[in-house]
Amino acid sequence: MMERREILLSAENVSKNFAFPRSLTQRLTGKPAVAVHALNGVSFDLHRGETLGIVGESGCGKSTLARCLVRLHDCDEGRIMFEGRDVAALKGTERRQFNARVQMIFQDPYSSLNPRMRVRQILAEALGVHKMKPKAQIPARIAELLDLVRLPADAADKYPHEFSGGQRQRIGIARALAVEPEVLVADELVSALDVSVQAQVVNLLLQLQEQLHLTVVFVAHDLRLVRHISHRVAVMYLGKIVELGQTEALFTAPRHPYTKVLLDAAPELDPARRSKTVAVKGELPSPVNLPTGCLFNTRCPHAFNRCFTDRPVLTARDPDHLAACHLTDFGLPFQNELTA
Amino acid sequence: MTPALEVSHLTTQFTSGSGKVTAVDDVSFAVMPGQVLGLVGESGSGKSVTLRSLLRLLPRTAQIEGRVIWQGQDLIGMSEKQLRSVRGGDISMIFQEPMTALNPVLPVWLQIDENLRTHTSLSASERVARARELMDLVGISDAPRRLLQYPHQFSGGMRQRVMIAIALASNPKLLLADEPTTALDVTIQDQILKLILSLRDKLAMSVVLVTHDLGVVATTCDHMAVMYAGRIVETGAVSSVFAQPSHAYTRGLLGSVPRAGTQRSQLLSIEGTPPSLSAIPKGCSFHPRCEFATDICRRSTPAMLPQSATHAAACFHSDRVIAAGSPVGAQ
Repeated sequence: MMERREILLSAENVSKNFAFPRSLTQRLTGKPAVAVHALNGVSFDLHRGETLGIVGESGCGKSTLARCLVRLHDCDEGRIMFEGRDVAALKGTERRQFNARVQMIFQDPYSSLNPRMRVRQILAEALGVHKMKPKAQIPARIAELLDLVRLPADAADKYPHEFSGGQRQRIGIARALAVEPEVLVADELVSALDVSVQAQVVNLLLQLQEQLHLTVVFVAHDLRLVRHISHRVAVMYLGKIVELGQTEALFTAPRHPYTKVLLDAAPELDPARRSKTVAVKGELPSPVNLPTGCLFNTRCPHAFNRCFTDRPVLTARDPDHLAACHLTDFGLPFQNELTA
Repeated sequence: MTPALEVSHLTTQFTSGSGKVTAVDDVSFAVMPGQVLGLVGESGSGKSVTLRSLLRLLPRTAQIEGRVIWQGQDLIGMSEKQLRSVRGGDISMIFQEPMTALNPVLPVWLQIDENLRTHTSLSASERVARARELMDLVGISDAPRRLLQYPHQFSGGMRQRVMIAIALASNPKLLLADEPTTALDVTIQDQILKLILSLRDKLAMSVVLVTHDLGVVATTCDHMAVMYAGRIVETGAVSSVFAQPSHAYTRGLLGSVPRAGTQRSQLLSIEGTPPSLSAIPKGCSFHPRCEFATDICRRSTPAMLPQSATHAAACFHSDRVIAAGSPVGAQ
């Protein structure tokens, strides 16, 4: 395995709550506001040059995490470190530089582009804000960016509505790349696109990463896609990372029961290998009232006493493969059920 | 064996401001008793309109032609009154978005009861018992309490179960499912698909499942039909189509889905985007995106040609497509 150990960006015990406004009765009775616990202590390192996949079901906090990474949200607890410095403390020019070096691509290609701006203006705006190029060089840079994302040069003078979903997502990528970022945070980059178009955009992302030496955080719910694109994968459940490891190790020998449940549930692209396992029971508990103990204990087929009292922490049996499960102390009984 | 449902030359056109748009173009297929047929395609391929055309659940601007034979009767030629006894009776339908398909201001039991009153002759107390039984059947526990609740008190997966309970109320022999799991998470999707399969076995229903996810087809369906720009371009047993795709579009679609063992390699993508229904290319509608296309593809429309007893494709270059191999074959 390649050595890619330079830590570029890291999350340290990041928590984020979204409080509901207090209702009148809550004010009168002095009860505190209820909050959605979107992130509950997330920690990981992002290594230079890698693609880190973040996968989980809706409501697991993966999009909130992506937004915290680019500082669209500030964390309530914990911190995001970029090259050893706390991102929340960056101000002025330094903050702008951080914003340029860590860029985000959004999920919805329809609402994330201003419908009243031509593509040229969309791209020039990014360049203008960060004062990356003298005015005279901007047209050349725009042509270069369009070429980079394989759009024709005449695209610059069109409006977003003139493009298909896949092409719009390319414009979103071009906008993110305009300021020459080192880290791209892609939140559900292709989930709004048709399958055949998804493949085009995924291929483009892989090419660009190679060409521009990008570090990518790839947030998605599609396991097949995450497996295809990521060097390492983090699996999230209810605002926590439950497992983090090298992609193939995680997919072939999962160490957290939730990862296994997720993998079993994903439909296999092979009619001869239909899943015979029983579907996991139950649904995601409310992120307002989190279960005590392990967050997965309401659905886990292996939960025992300790899972209902202690919350497991993300620990390493080997340094490349972390899991937050009490069972890891006992040598993983569920591993026997894995059908090779 | 005679098919439970036989569709021949189904064509659905919509009249819009800019003229006629053909959403479903000369579609024919059959569903055997107890079979799960998957209709696969990308957005705009006409798969949902095909499904709705079967029961004529379309706005007035739609013109439906062709024949849909159900138990010896043609649903297309049938009077509206007759059709109403088939809809939700022998043939039931479930929809993609369970929140918009359920009535938000009626408790769940009323919505199940509505179907029971229309399509069965049960007494009031029998209907209550049947509603509870249906809730058990679709895996919703605590039925007496849950029946009194409103749709917003159910999660997405549970709403889909409620919708299935409504659909099953009349003991249908055919279930039409329009992307029933697209809005759901993968673990909930797994629950719902397994539920549909177990109900198929228990109640001996046939199922037509519309989906865009080839993984869902592989895990759930017996037979599949691939749609592109309003036409069926390939149909066959799922195992046969996956092992030997004979239409360039099917092959491209299979190659577009990432799978184990190809990490970080370039996917076999299809260039371009699916055509708009108002500008369907002449000849084979797939030719502008097709790597196998030649002159004949631009000139004339290919007919469905059998590859084997259960497998057919509408492609002039099936031989070359087959020779290129299945992207999912070598596992």
